[in-house]
Amino acid sequence: MKIDWNEKIDAAHECLHKGRLSRRSFVKFLTLAGASIGLVGGPFGRLTRSARAETKSIRFDGWGGTTSEAFRKYAFEPFTKATGIKVVDGEFGDMDTYLTRVKASFPPGGEFNLAHLSGVFDYARYVDLGYATQLDESKIPNLQNVMAAMTAPYRAITDGKLSAVPYDLGQTGIAYNTKHIPKEKADELGAGLLWDKELDKKLGSWGDWRTNIWYGALYTNQNPNDIEDMDAVWDALKAQQGMIKKYWGSGAELMSLLANEEIYATVAWSGRVAHLQEQGHPIGFLAPENCYSWQECIFVLKGTDLRAAEKLLNFMLEPSAAIAVAEGQKYPPSLDPTKVPMPESIQKLPAFDPTGKLEGYLFADPVYWNGHQLEWSEKWDRVKSGA
Amino acid sequence: MQKSSWRPWALLAPSLTAVFLLLLVPLCFIVVYSFWLRAPTGADIAAFQLGNYKKFAADFFYPSILLRTIRVAFETVVLCLLMGYIPAYFFYRSKTRHKSVLLLLIMIPFWISFIIRTLSWINILGDTGLINHVLVRVGIISEPLNMLYNEGAVLMGLIQYLLPFMILNVYVSLEGIDKSLLEAARSLGCTEWQAFREVTLPLSLPGVSAGCLLVFVLTSGTYLPPMILGGPRNEMIANLIFKRVIGTLDWPFGSAISVVLLTLLIIIIYTYNRYLGINQIFKSLQ
Repeated sequence: MKIDWNEKIDAAHECLHKGRLSRRSFVKFLTLAGASIGLVGGPFGRLTRSARAETKSIRFDGWGGTTSEAFRKYAFEPFTKATGIKVVDGEFGDMDTYLTRVKASFPPGGEFNLAHLSGVFDYARYVDLGYATQLDESKIPNLQNVMAAMTAPYRAITDGKLSAVPYDLGQTGIAYNTKHIPKEKADELGAGLLWDKELDKKLGSWGDWRTNIWYGALYTNQNPNDIEDMDAVWDALKAQQGMIKKYWGSGAELMSLLANEEIYATVAWSGRVAHLQEQGHPIGFLAPENCYSWQECIFVLKGTDLRAAEKLLNFMLEPSAAIAVAEGQKYPPSLDPTKVPMPESIQKLPAFDPTGKLEGYLFADPVYWNGHQLEWSEKWDRVKSGA
Repeated sequence: MQKSSWRPWALLAPSLTAVFLLLLVPLCFIVVYSFWLRAPTGADIAAFQLGNYKKFAADFFYPSILLRTIRVAFETVVLCLLMGYIPAYFFYRSKTRHKSVLLLLIMIPFWISFIIRTLSWINILGDTGLINHVLVRVGIISEPLNMLYNEGAVLMGLIQYLLPFMILNVYVSLEGIDKSLLEAARSLGCTEWQAFREVTLPLSLPGVSAGCLLVFVLTSGTYLPPMILGGPRNEMIANLIFKRVIGTLDWPFGSAISVVLLTLLIIIIYTYNRYLGINQIFKSLQ
């Protein structure tokens, strides 16, 4: 509400003339009014004006490479053209590094707006750390096209509300070199392929504790979301450690190890395997029973201009943008194939579900896995180091 | 003289301010953090407790990585010294007009990213890398040699990173030696080898000491070569800190490990100063 100070001072002056206001009170009023105008019009006024001003840019952090290129081309540039809001495009190498940056920013999370987060457990971590917002879903009509099976896990964490929109999904399965490992053998062994003694020192794995424990659970015939015999899992991982040549740390390293035949089998992200296959490498992808499925979302961090964020999210969920991004990163989009027709290129991608229901896909239970993070990640460090 | 006593401080003020703000203040933060607690979600809880230090010392796992780091740092120092003294001596004795070009060659690796230089070893030492490819093609071996993802590969990566530091330190020290001393030794009947042993080597020791200390400290804190070229059992203490801070968001424990490493390095430098004298390093720069 705008205050007209001239009118107020004139009214006070008139009161003084009519004797309804003492000279002392009038001087007091003038002093306070002067101080208020000084504050509002001065440095504080500048702050409030900038806070009221329209958002001119919004920051988005993603995985870089082809994913970011697709985002830029099919979502960010048209978005800027349509709204005038520039998308400042940042990159990160992995989720933990990004969360460290968010945590280290001042105020924590304040320098960041939207992020392409991985897994429901990451959504839970950000919520637990107090970085969540509450999106107005009516401002994101394209959310209607997203698979309900993908939004449900997020809603369960934030009381039916959303602080993110699901964007894509993938699987961490097993990549193997078809020149050295026949498909029949891989299919027969399943998760056991990662413990095959014939592949001693030709096996790789991701350094991530969750993935290794997940596969340890599969190898010992347990439910990864409810492991009853943890000792058996640790024993399996210890036995495997001696056969591992390299615990890789990034997608680029994974691709290099497989492409250069340094390793013949490893856990691997479905999208990266699809890239290797596209490049002509003899790499097969095996998704064993209860394969580690995951989904990625665009999370909106606390302190972000929600109106701008919601506009951008809606743009990114436009079928043309979401499909183009999916083709770039080789992970199926979160759009429901029963509502949005998918091109053949998407239908061929690993982890694509034509039913849109994701039945049979096993995702990590965020409460279960985050609850064990501290204990298991430390123990995993020891096992990985051969201690 | 009294009147101008503030001038050195005024000139030093920018550097001191930078050291204070960019080194001492963050260091204080790290020390304070090392006493804090970490919530399972990754949030930090302000506290004063010694749990992180107790955890470090609770069993041999963490100290063993620290000991491994010290061992690898020591091996790197010895190898860098053996491999660095000879080229430095060669530059010193060389009478070529193009000595500056030779020195430039030592500097060239610094123009390329450390990560790229480290990654390039994968193409040389890997199963399908240059060496194995040639050996298999020539028929010397039938199966590739396992040269990557072990301690040898880590040492190789560390040496290629740190060797220039050793060479330059030794060279600067050698250049400071008065050549007439060598001529005097020779004129008094010393052989070339005796002149080197009795004159050049002792006088170059300040540079050797400086190089050794620098290589040791840099090796103790580096994490890229073990991360890129090392196998599961070749992690060093910096990798552990990286994992704790970045991987599990356990900043308090990561800080405690950093403080332990820093304390150990301070003890080593103090011991070095006690027995060899840190001023020897500055002599090499004179």
